[in-house]
Amino acid sequence: MEANTRSTGRLPAAFLTPGSSSFMDFLGEHSPALLPGNRPLPPVQGAIEAPHGTTIVAAAFPGGVVLAGDRRATMGNVIAQRDIEKVFPADEYSAVGIAGTAGLAVEMVKLFQLELEHFEKVEGAQLSLEGKANRLSTMIRSNLGMAMQGLAVVPLFAGYDLDREKGRIFSYDVTGGRSEEHGYAATGSGSVFARSALKKLFRDGFTENQAATAVVQALYDAADDDSATGGPDMGRRIYPIVTVITEDGFRRLTDDEVSEIARTVHEHRLEQPDGPRAALL
Amino acid sequence: MSTPFYVSPQQAMADRAEYARKGIARGRSVVVLQYTDGVVFVAENPSRALHKVSEIYDRIAFAAVGKYNEFENLRIGGVRYADLRGYTYDREDVTARGLANVYAQTLGTIFSSAAEKPYEVELIVAEVGAAPEDDQIYRLPHDGSIVDEHGSVAVGGNADQISSYLDQRHRDGMTLAEALKLAVESLSRDTNGGERRLTAEQLEVATLDRTRPQQRKFKRILGRQLSRLLDESGGDAAADAGAGESGAAGGKGAEDGGSKDNGTKGKGPAGEDGSEGEPLL
Repeated sequence: MEANTRSTGRLPAAFLTPGSSSFMDFLGEHSPALLPGNRPLPPVQGAIEAPHGTTIVAAAFPGGVVLAGDRRATMGNVIAQRDIEKVFPADEYSAVGIAGTAGLAVEMVKLFQLELEHFEKVEGAQLSLEGKANRLSTMIRSNLGMAMQGLAVVPLFAGYDLDREKGRIFSYDVTGGRSEEHGYAATGSGSVFARSALKKLFRDGFTENQAATAVVQALYDAADDDSATGGPDMGRRIYPIVTVITEDGFRRLTDDEVSEIARTVHEHRLEQPDGPRAALL
Repeated sequence: MSTPFYVSPQQAMADRAEYARKGIARGRSVVVLQYTDGVVFVAENPSRALHKVSEIYDRIAFAAVGKYNEFENLRIGGVRYADLRGYTYDREDVTARGLANVYAQTLGTIFSSAAEKPYEVELIVAEVGAAPEDDQIYRLPHDGSIVDEHGSVAVGGNADQISSYLDQRHRDGMTLAEALKLAVESLSRDTNGGERRLTAEQLEVATLDRTRPQQRKFKRILGRQLSRLLDESGGDAAADAGAGESGAAGGKGAEDGGSKDNGTKGKGPAGEDGSEGEPLL
């Protein structure tokens, strides 16, 4: 099977057979072994130790959506990596942030990106945002076997819906169940704290910058209470990854932009360690 | 029982070649030209949905003439080949040379196999490099040979005449508007020497633009942007020189598939006389 990609011979019949516009379907027919979900699982005793990514948060604002993630990967109680990237563009108008087993999650993102791009090239049109979200569901479901062995991947998907002209957020569970979130969402080990923080900070009329500040605040709170989530690392200048998706497409904030937000948040925390206070009533 | 007539291999091949050439000659031509910032593809094609020019991968595009179902089949085969190769190895490992080889093998095998009808297609595979010297353009005739081209190429019904017209007039360092003007001039010359006028609605234009910030360099030039470029290049020479290629290069962020007037032609003659010129709309 793999020889087909390497040889310079004639395109195998499968390449020229009319069929689906899905790269995953093509892979499933042509070389199923390359599909992540199709790998045979060896019997394992107990949980497998592998780096895990932790917290992803998203917040919508009029005109778009912000998706952000911290930079820590942990393996048990050890910090496996301090500058991991967990938020990726899925295509021009959507992004995916991943929590769970880092190796599998990054592979899933790569396949998801390719799936969207492949469809776009073959059909000459983009999938609807709903269609993209459903495709991601299918991929998570195909990983269920691994998830049962402790290698779960739970993404957060956000994008700008060109038809409805607004940013939308989708969260997933480990079985591929998908639900649309309104306003804000979080996933990963620190998500309980991040979500609570966002719940208090979120306003419907955010500007892009306010939404970005709110997600950084939420990540700060997650890092405050969850050991697996990393806060902004001032010493090493490692800041969260913050991405914005609007009508103009996907944009990742530059290091300078994020560092400014992170430093401002950090300075306020030096005065007020628990962060901004919400009104009691 | 009748004995089949003996047909010499030379005669059989000549017949097949003539059959394929006749099929190709019925279609309108496609021209491909290098310009400063990349490679431009221009085809006469009244359809907005059935494309003669398409994206294959990050830096690689495809143009074809002949029988639509046959080259569409090859196009999808190429997209599958490129996506699978990029997924198995790395995005960098997908090259126009590799793709052209696979197409050549495929076309060659079909052409010389007595059991199959030869494909009535002629393809162009082009890859944009970091600099004009690194651009690659391959022309693939129906019989599976490969021709490595530079500067300008034409395929299709009237290819010989158009090629010689282009060869005489194409030079290195043309701007997009200049290259487009030359391409349209060459296409609008009839077989019998007459001139027709081609409007934006009759043209399919796309570029591989090395200045695009995205990883994917392919961009269709549609609607207003195409009309504007045609108007600009259609004016007399003095007006061209005066107006310059100015700052329509507005959107520096994500481009959205061509509905905006994002500058695909970053540096034009404006740089030469040092003036910015005024925006052309």
